[in-house]
Amino acid sequence: MRHIMAKSLAPTDGVRDYLAAQEKKSLLRFLTCGSVDDGKSTLIGRLLSDTKQIFEDQLAALERDSRKHGTTGDDIDFALLVDGLEAEREQGITIDVAYRFFATPKRKFIVADTPGHEQYTRNMATGASTADLAIVLIDARQGVLRQTRRHSIIASLLGIRHVVLAVNKIDLVGFDKAVFERIIEDYRQFSHKLGFETIVPIPMSARYGDNVTSRSDKTDWYSGPTLIEHLETVSVDEAAVELPFRFPVQYVNRPNLDFRGFAGTIASGSVSQGDEVVVAKSGKSSRVKRIVAHGGDLNQAVAGQAITLVLDDEVEVSRGNMLVSPAARPQVADQFAANIVWFDEHALLPGRSYILRTETDQTSATVTDLKYRVNVNDFAHEAAKSLEMNEVGICNLSTRAPIAFDTFAENRTTGAFILIDRITNATVGAGMILHSLRRAENIHWQSLDVGKRGRADMKNQRSAVFWFTGLSGSGKSTIANLFEKKLFATGRHTYILDGDNVRHGLNRDLGFTDADRVENIRRVAEVARLMADAGLIVIVSFISPFSAERRMARELMADGEFVEVFVDTPFEECARRDPKGLYARALNGEIKNFTGVDSPYEAPENPEIHLKTLGKSAEEMVEALELWLNERDIAEDQYDNGGGI
Amino acid sequence: MNIALTHLQRLEAESIHIFREVAAAFAKPVMLYSVGKDSSVLMHLAMKAFYPAKPPFPFLHVDTTWKFREMIAFRDQMAQKLGFDLLVHVNEDGVRDNINPFVHGSNTHTHVMKTVALRQALDKYGFDAAFGGARRDEEKSRAKERIFSFRNAQHVWDPKNQRPEMWKIFNTRIASGESIRVFPLSNWTELDIWQYILQEEIPIVPLYFAKERPVVERDGMLILRDDERMQLRPGETVENRLVRFRTLGCYPLTGAIESDADTLEAIVGEMLTARTSERQGRLIDRDEAGSMEKKKREGYF
Repeated sequence: MRHIMAKSLAPTDGVRDYLAAQEKKSLLRFLTCGSVDDGKSTLIGRLLSDTKQIFEDQLAALERDSRKHGTTGDDIDFALLVDGLEAEREQGITIDVAYRFFATPKRKFIVADTPGHEQYTRNMATGASTADLAIVLIDARQGVLRQTRRHSIIASLLGIRHVVLAVNKIDLVGFDKAVFERIIEDYRQFSHKLGFETIVPIPMSARYGDNVTSRSDKTDWYSGPTLIEHLETVSVDEAAVELPFRFPVQYVNRPNLDFRGFAGTIASGSVSQGDEVVVAKSGKSSRVKRIVAHGGDLNQAVAGQAITLVLDDEVEVSRGNMLVSPAARPQVADQFAANIVWFDEHALLPGRSYILRTETDQTSATVTDLKYRVNVNDFAHEAAKSLEMNEVGICNLSTRAPIAFDTFAENRTTGAFILIDRITNATVGAGMILHSLRRAENIHWQSLDVGKRGRADMKNQRSAVFWFTGLSGSGKSTIANLFEKKLFATGRHTYILDGDNVRHGLNRDLGFTDADRVENIRRVAEVARLMADAGLIVIVSFISPFSAERRMARELMADGEFVEVFVDTPFEECARRDPKGLYARALNGEIKNFTGVDSPYEAPENPEIHLKTLGKSAEEMVEALELWLNERDIAEDQYDNGGGI
Repeated sequence: MNIALTHLQRLEAESIHIFREVAAAFAKPVMLYSVGKDSSVLMHLAMKAFYPAKPPFPFLHVDTTWKFREMIAFRDQMAQKLGFDLLVHVNEDGVRDNINPFVHGSNTHTHVMKTVALRQALDKYGFDAAFGGARRDEEKSRAKERIFSFRNAQHVWDPKNQRPEMWKIFNTRIASGESIRVFPLSNWTELDIWQYILQEEIPIVPLYFAKERPVVERDGMLILRDDERMQLRPGETVENRLVRFRTLGCYPLTGAIESDADTLEAIVGEMLTARTSERQGRLIDRDEAGSMEKKKREGYF
């Protein structure tokens, strides 16, 4: 079989020269954004067409599609080039971001065509997160719209510093200079707070090509560059290589006992063989012994390169940690403030636990304080209890374990994170870190000499939190009450936290919205944890309808201490019993947000104890609970005596 | 030293980053190896990403039994040379039913021998992440796809509801039975691929180079008669013509182009003046508008 290798080929050729020239071109990543129907996809189609990136077979397909789905009469509908999904072509809208590639003799481009509809804002953010420049399109007839502002804010938050204000469809306002200037004024009015370094307004018609790649003779009053001239020359250098060295460890490469390499992509700065580096989270220092690459070791590597580092000694480093410059270290903290853009249809709720993911690190996090929501129209800071889909807010976050980070303003790679829903695994939000919170640095855990174990031993018991969950009227309080009486009778030290009682005191400021329900549970879980720490057997009797909060409560307690008890009584039976007359009122619409009626109840999937109450007495239920407690205590004693190991 | 990375260095780093992310975050990844030029580049990048170790995952070839014979020979040669773990999967149900692109058409053949076969293989081994060599510049539904592309337990892609993908922070969390398709070459163009093959001296299947080959003109395409299973229709003749392939797939579905480009430079030179896209030689994309999206939703790569 013939084996072709490039080496065997003639070295001199026009093609090689051409390719060498290609390699020297810089790359610009930009996005098109703005409101729906402002002509984003049409503009990209125009750019691709004018820079000869459309092949004959693609053009033929485009002509076919234009006749079928087009919105431009007999003309070719360039939007159909980028609206690649069937649903998009049928509905004539852009749903998700499309990435297209083109080049001119001066530069290479990757363009993200992003959707204008508010409901697809998360896809616009996806396109913006990797872009250096934003083309904000405005329909000359419409002027600055709500989505123009929203997209500009998101672009600014995500670190974009260069904007082209494309005043499109200028042909439809008779190439009127006054319209153009009024729009520029409107845009500058609101965007001066957004920190853009350059805003370049260009009057254009994407459909007919005016001022896109060639200068229009219909706008002789305009003396600035055409779009393509500007894109070819604008300087967006971030100079990540000038920043302090940051190397998030992605993967530990350990093929055998003799090799232990830390693989990752340099986020900023550079590193040379022999350099001192510090492990961000432990502060331990070491030296770079080798920079390993496939073609042979490197002497130096810079931001953007994916390398493998071998250190001088066996310091402890794993995925999620960072190797950094000893002179300029990142912050390591478990509390910080951040801008958050929310993507999910389920609102962000303070107190709820999410997965926080940086480029290589992962921990759980809760928003401890939603400081305010940003109104996208006037930038007003508004008080808010939750952040709805597509909203932007400033939050304080608390993570379960400290993470190493820089502020997003200092470093776009090490200052960003995403939030993931624990149950659906959906990416629900994106965060840009503003600063660490001083209280995280200054408040350390006070270590106490008497421990939980000692306090529980004195009571001759083991701490436990029995967490009763179930619908209103399911029998939680009755069973809890009887259970406590039985425990009390056997000399145990107990306490019941009852939903209704706590709402009269500690939680009397809370209502029944989703946000308040989450906070309600968070406070009770913290109180239960303190009581368990005091050595008590705590019985929590709360509807606690959301599995996310029950999980959060579980994670607060020590292993084996949290006992989820599902008091399982069917809705119909609860409504029939209706001990407090609440179901009748809720079903009449007199009470809002009533669990099981117009607010959901998420049944536990794997409770430690599942009590099916129908046809059973409270005594039978309590026997099951006592049995469980005794078995656990016996098992733990055996473990302590070595029997379990 | 030169501080600014070249375009290819950036692309290479991005791809390596993606490879490592999958190796770190998933329990059982696999690389789909289709033997074409993009797969050759993918394989080369995988070797680089984990050097000095071998890639910590196997390579899977879904064999439709209609691939060019030279592709199969090349595949086995590469597996031996690089020492990777090669799995080959064939849909035996399709073999039993004698699925034949000449008889059943490209749609049925591709569905049974490729899409269904792939789903069978992924389920059989329980892979939770699968690398593919698709690029966003290939086709307009691919241009819409994330680098980490979520599939539910039925391997279905939901293009209207993709996870946001911010920066280089990838959401790698899935529930049991679900999986992620991963595309390290998302941001590469056809030109980048050839340029990289040239620069890195990556071996590719000889079918990419022009040579006299026995072809039949059928439905406006030049089909290489790779074996006796291709029966001539009345009026058809086998001619030896100087041809090569821009992409490789099943031989009955892949059109050759007339060309005398027998070096990499000549191929790149030809590509720079090409007036049709590379997928033009693929019969499966022409069946109907949106056909790629439909196949992808069903689990095709």
